[in-house]
Amino acid sequence: MTFLRLAWAHFKVGAMNELQYRVNFFIQLFQSLLALATGLIGLWLVFNQTDDLAGWRPAELLAVMGVHILMGGVIQTFIQPNMGKLMEDVHKGTLDYTLTKPADSQTLVSVREVRIWSLVDVLTGAIVLGVAAAQLERGIGLGDAIAFVLALVLGAVMIYCFWLILTTGAFKVVRVENILELFSGVYQAGRWPVGIYPLWMRGTLTFLVPVAFAVTVPAESLTSRLTTGTLVLAVVFTAALVVVTRLIWRLGLRSYTGASA
Amino acid sequence: MTDMVRLYLGWARLSILEQLQYRVANYFYMIGMVAEPVIYLVVWTTVAEAQGGEVGGFTPGELAAYYIVWTLVRNMNIVLTPYAWEERIRRGELTSDLLRPVHPVHRDLAYFAGWKVVAILMWLPIAIVLTWVFKPTLHPTGAEILLFFVALWGGFLVRFFALWALGLVTFWTTRVQALYELYFTAELLLSGRLVPLSLMPGWVQRVADFLPFQWAFQFPIETLIGKLDTGEIVYGLAMQALWTGVGIGITAVAWRRSLKRFTAVGG
Repeated sequence: MTFLRLAWAHFKVGAMNELQYRVNFFIQLFQSLLALATGLIGLWLVFNQTDDLAGWRPAELLAVMGVHILMGGVIQTFIQPNMGKLMEDVHKGTLDYTLTKPADSQTLVSVREVRIWSLVDVLTGAIVLGVAAAQLERGIGLGDAIAFVLALVLGAVMIYCFWLILTTGAFKVVRVENILELFSGVYQAGRWPVGIYPLWMRGTLTFLVPVAFAVTVPAESLTSRLTTGTLVLAVVFTAALVVVTRLIWRLGLRSYTGASA
Repeated sequence: MTDMVRLYLGWARLSILEQLQYRVANYFYMIGMVAEPVIYLVVWTTVAEAQGGEVGGFTPGELAAYYIVWTLVRNMNIVLTPYAWEERIRRGELTSDLLRPVHPVHRDLAYFAGWKVVAILMWLPIAIVLTWVFKPTLHPTGAEILLFFVALWGGFLVRFFALWALGLVTFWTTRVQALYELYFTAELLLSGRLVPLSLMPGWVQRVADFLPFQWAFQFPIETLIGKLDTGEIVYGLAMQALWTGVGIGITAVAWRRSLKRFTAVGG
């Protein structure tokens, strides 16, 4: 409960801060539309040549793209800003101020920052998903919808854990800004269903960088491809990852010596 | 003249030494960058295989060659981003640059050229791994390798001057972000970065012919992978020379006009 209260309080403050810069909304909107156009052109080029990519029809791939944009928006709004701030704090030694607060440190570093304008991507993704869903021949049942939401939440949690583990590396190796580049590069792989990648890449994209769980699995649930086994695996993997992340965070903190005065 | 050469060599050396210090950071950056062509490669290989082994005149092996050489060309392609001008002007760094006796474009050019030497060296291991994984069809002749090297640096010059000139827009307006995003999107689509232009519809290819983008990207790649005959290579090198000339011309004119609008902030 404290977690939710803290998160909500920070969200409100963050939103008020960002609302002062309204022009940024239009910049974000423009960027999102440009990215959407590029993505659609990519799809169009592929389906100019063929009408089936490794068993995925156009509308189904559009759904994958929708989930990819939506999840990207969630990452940009909630996860990446916090992790960026954490890296900066470790770098400058200002993390001390957060650690001395009475609330749980992992919670605090995870909810401090929010970039609400990136929610434009969440909306864009949802619209793309809606358009895709309307074109799906099989239709979407209630079960599919529930599985979709569950898979989406699990995916977001996994990405968060993955990010926090990487960022905790900042306690050891201070220069980690390029990890950000690395992640956004790898995240692009999620624009296509991971099934098309060679086996070793599929493994990496599933368990090392959980893009498969974050994007492909939710999309599978909408296109009636998801098996119960996959969903159970996602639940188990998420639970394990949450525990491991907690341990690594504690371990990282122990080796943090502070750099401020 | 010799003074100028010594100046260039000095700056380039400085940049090489600086970049060599950040090997790990450079590698993270490069690996993140490799993800992009690998994704394109996998998607188009899947399409080619579904089409009976060829798409837009490319076999899977040729696609692999295209996107592996892509990674080197992309590295050569990284030049001063137009966004850098905002920082330069806002922080007043430009003021001290203006006090130097030579045009600031020289230092930027030498700096990035020096960085390229490090980039090429660091790229080699990545190329070996990619070659081992994706098995490209690549049998360049000695002449092609030589011409590729020339085209590689030609592409660097085309893009360097194009973006340097574009960056000067910052002197006129501070709302440059949308313009730059638009530029980079057009470049992504029309340079051969997203897909070889032969996979694009005919009218897109004709539009691309009037723009500099492909000469900095697709042309060097195709020189090495054996998609061009001698005539086409000569034509391509001429186009690179032409667009570099246009870039230098615009830079020269725009720079003088931009400076008149410049009022120093800080110092």
